[in-house]
Parts: sequence; C-alpha cells; structure tokens
Amino acid sequence: MSATELKSTRDAFGQALLELAEKSSKLWVLSADLTDSMRVTSFADKYKDRHVQCGVAEQNMVGIAAGLAANGKVPFVTSFAAFSPGRNWDQLRVSVCLSNLPVKVVSGATGFGNSKDGASHQALEDIAITRVLPNLKVVTPLDFNQTKQAVLSIFKDPGPVYMRIGHEKVPNITKSDQEFVIGKADLLKEGEEITVISAGAIMHQVLEAIKSSRVKADVINLSTIKPIDKEAILTSLEKTRKVMTIEDHQVAGGLGSAVAEVIAQSGKRVKMKILGVPDTFSRSARSIDDLYKLFKLDSKSLEEEIKEFIRE
Amino acid sequence: MQTAQLEKYANQIRQTIIISLLHAGSGHPAGALGFADLFAYLYFSDFLKVNPKNPKMEERDRLYLSCGHYAPGLYSALALKGFFSIKDLSGLRDVNGIDGHPILGQLPGIENSAGPLGQGISQAIGSALAHQDTNIKTVCIISDGELQEGQTWEALMFMGNSRLKNLTVILDRNDIQISGNTNEVMPLEPLKEKFDSFNLITQTINGNDFKEIDEALTKTNLFDRPNVVIAETVAGKGISFMENDYLWHGRAPNKEEALEAINELKNPQ
Repeated sequence: MSATELKSTRDAFGQALLELAEKSSKLWVLSADLTDSMRVTSFADKYKDRHVQCGVAEQNMVGIAAGLAANGKVPFVTSFAAFSPGRNWDQLRVSVCLSNLPVKVVSGATGFGNSKDGASHQALEDIAITRVLPNLKVVTPLDFNQTKQAVLSIFKDPGPVYMRIGHEKVPNITKSDQEFVIGKADLLKEGEEITVISAGAIMHQVLEAIKSSRVKADVINLSTIKPIDKEAILTSLEKTRKVMTIEDHQVAGGLGSAVAEVIAQSGKRVKMKILGVPDTFSRSARSIDDLYKLFKLDSKSLEEEIKEFIRE
Repeated sequence: MQTAQLEKYANQIRQTIIISLLHAGSGHPAGALGFADLFAYLYFSDFLKVNPKNPKMEERDRLYLSCGHYAPGLYSALALKGFFSIKDLSGLRDVNGIDGHPILGQLPGIENSAGPLGQGISQAIGSALAHQDTNIKTVCIISDGELQEGQTWEALMFMGNSRLKNLTVILDRNDIQISGNTNEVMPLEPLKEKFDSFNLITQTINGNDFKEIDEALTKTNLFDRPNVVIAETVAGKGISFMENDYLWHGRAPNKEEALEAINELKNPQ
C-alpha cells in the first residue's frame, strides 16, 4: 500500500483478525449485527466456530465475551462505540473489568467517522467512559498499519482493552513493521515552539495544519490514552512549555483531560489549550469534512488556532 | 448422596449464612436461605464436578451466580465444601475481608463477578460456548427479580437459538425483591410460557424438595438444548420470622435475631 492511498482503520482491523486467527485458535470474535460494518464478515465466513453472532444485543455480547475469556479464549467484541461501550458500559465494568478478563472491545463509528448517521451514532464520549474503568487499557491507533499492529498487541495483552477505530479513510503514515507498544506515545514531528497532542483519525487534520502553518511543533501521537505516556508528554513540555490537545471527542473527560491530569500533577507551569467538541452533540453531515469544519477541527481552522496560540 | 445428608448440609449452609451476615452487619439473607437446598445439592451431590483442592481444574463444571446478592449462600457452600476456611466468612463485607458480592479471583471456587443484576446468563453462555464439545457443564443461578433486567432476555433469546446442551439456568422463583413481592413490583407470569416460547426446555419444581431437585437436574444431563429449571422456593426458608417476608431481602439479622435463627435451625420443627 502506498503512503498516499487512503484506507480506514476498520479495514485494517478486519485484515488483522484474519491473519491472527490463522496463528491462534484462542481468538474469538463477537458481533452485534454490525458484522460487515466492523469488517468481520471474512473472519465470520472462514472461522464459523469462533464467530458469535449476538444479534442487536450489546449487553449480552460483552457478557458472553467475559464467559469466553474466563475460560481461556481471547474474545474481540465488535460494534459501534455509541452502542459498545455506550450501551454495555455496566457489563464492561462488572463482567469484564472487575474480573480483569482479556476481553478486547473494538469499536467503530468513533469521533465523526459515521458522519451521515448523525448525533446518536457518533461516539464523542467513549474515551471518557472507558478510561475511568480500572484494569481497562484504552488505545486509539491513527492509521491502517498502526491498527494492524495494535490488534496484535492488544491480543497479547493479558487484560481488557478498549480499541477505538473508525470509518474514516486516512493516509498511512506508520511503517507496517513498527510494533505497537501499549502505553508508548510516538513523536511524529519535532519542534520547539509548541507541543501538539492528538490521536486517531483526526491526527491527519493536525498533521496537515502543522505542515501548512510551518510552526515548529512536537507532534505526539497519543495512541494509548491509558496507561498514558507521562514521560513523552513531560519531556516535550520541558522544551516547549506550551501544549495544545486536539480530539474528535468531547472536551470533558477525553484525551485533553487525560493530558491535563498529567500536567497538573507534574508541577510544571505550561500554557494549555484543549480543542474538541465543546459539551454539545454533533449532527448529521454528508461528509466528515463538514463536521471537522463545523467544530473548527479541520486542518485550516486548526492552523489558525495553533498560530494564534503561539502568538499568545 | 442421601437426602438426609443433603438436608444436613443445607442446614449448615443456612447457619453459616446467618453467622456471616451477623458479622457483616448488612447483607441479603432471604434469597440465599431459600436457595440453600439447591446450593447443598449443587455442591454436595455428585451433580457438579468440582475439586476444592484444585479449584481451577480444567475439566470442572462451572457454576455462575448471576444474582450476586446470594453471595453469602455461595460462600457458605464453598467454605463447607473446603474451598477456603469458614473462618474467612467472618470477614464478609469487611475492608480486609471478602466483598459483599462475588468477584472473580477473590476467593477460590468463584467463577464470575456479579452484583448489578442480569449479567450472569450471558457469562454462562460464554462458558458453555468455550466448552461446547466437552462434558463440562455450565449452570447459572438467577433470581426472579432480575428477570426484570433487559439483558436477561437478550441472553435467554441467545440460549433458545443455540444448541448449547451443556447449559442450565436455575431460576430461584421466591417472589420477593427489595421493595415488595415480585408479582406486585413488576409481574413476571406467565413465566414457563415465556421460557417455552423462547425455545427453552423448562421444568418447574419445588426448589426446597431434594427429590424434585434431583429428578429435574439429573434430567438436564440428557437434554439436547439449553434449559431452565424454575425452582419455586420459600424466601428465608428455615427461619420462621423471615419466611416469605420481602423485608428480609436486604436486611441482616441483629444479634438477638441471629441467635433465634440459629436456634430454629438447630431445632427444626
């Protein structure tokens, strides 16, 4: 795949499952009717005995996964984030996290990815509700290659993991053989004027904004929200003293909040700005770009925000 | 095992429930007491293969407790079976002791975490799926109040559409819940017809009668699809002032009440 070809992280997820299934019989996949949307159809066709179709029943799905995981399997639970962990949070909390079982919740339609279906289907709260759960790790890969590697890493992890993927077709900037280390952020660009932290599909808007602004920025891909890479954040801030976080998620409780918690407890005096969705619901849009623009999270708006923040 | 011996174990389970709740100062006696005969049967007949010396034995049968507030009953049965010391139960609900509702990994013999109602059948389905080509049985205990939770019906629908012959749900039909009688708070009947219509094999028994328990559960070994046993029990069974009184759903006995309860259990009418 060339660097310019656009592909979604959900396509990477589907491919990774197929490759992993060949190597390990412990891998099971559960669907709640969104089999095709989550790119699980090929797996389901090839590994019928290890695919569990639950129908539109996300609570039951997570419970079944807990039972499988308690009995030696590594189940991947798949749906849209608005429904899983949106609807089955209690089951995730008690059946999975309290038991510390290796259930992997992988969810699509995160952020603005499912732009057309509108407010009810766009998960802008999933990071907030997952990162508060003890034992649960939260990862959000940013492109095709990183998602494939992330699937391998979360499969090997002994505990529960929430992985946030999406519909958006995005450029591939990660090398295909670059291992995904849970808890380790990557520095995508280096500069001394500002630290910009983001993750997932919206990172591509951020990278464009940095490029056209010619601002010298440390750009951190916070591909694991929890456990958070404090060292990467604080090391960069030692240099720049200025940080902007950018996310396709509510400002409350998301990536920016997680970064703010690290900074506030570090004793460092830095300037911070959190960009995201400001305590409001999204809406339908025929193109995801319309939503980036609506919330001033498109590359052009971000460019202005970054330049202005540097001038302050 | 003879009925007389099972009755003795059930009585010991009931006494242990009362004593552990007295230590705890809070908790749920009525459901666990009413289900004590089934706990005794499950752990002291040869129906379930479990090994207290090797609690994680791969080929063990799995018992999932969905109604986590029956924990004192489960803990008492496990302790009497030898999974851990009965002395451990004096730490029920204590900051240095055992949680009020089961947590996987906290005590040997516990198969799942439970508390918020309605989560157990789903977990048990996962266990049954993982062992569907083996002789390993999965049994799930649910209360009648938790049939008001939507997830229970998601799970029953899945069960009825599966061929999981290694899965049995035992419903404790005691007709009480925290704020009243179940059939007044949110009526459930007709229950058997509901399960039948979900394509589940359904048996209704007196859940305080060992002969009926034995007949029904022995039959489940031969079924070719998932099944439900509706066990009609007397909430608070064995203690006259608790029987059929929903106020004992979630209230622990004080010292005098506990002494009276133990006295009744030691000197049954």
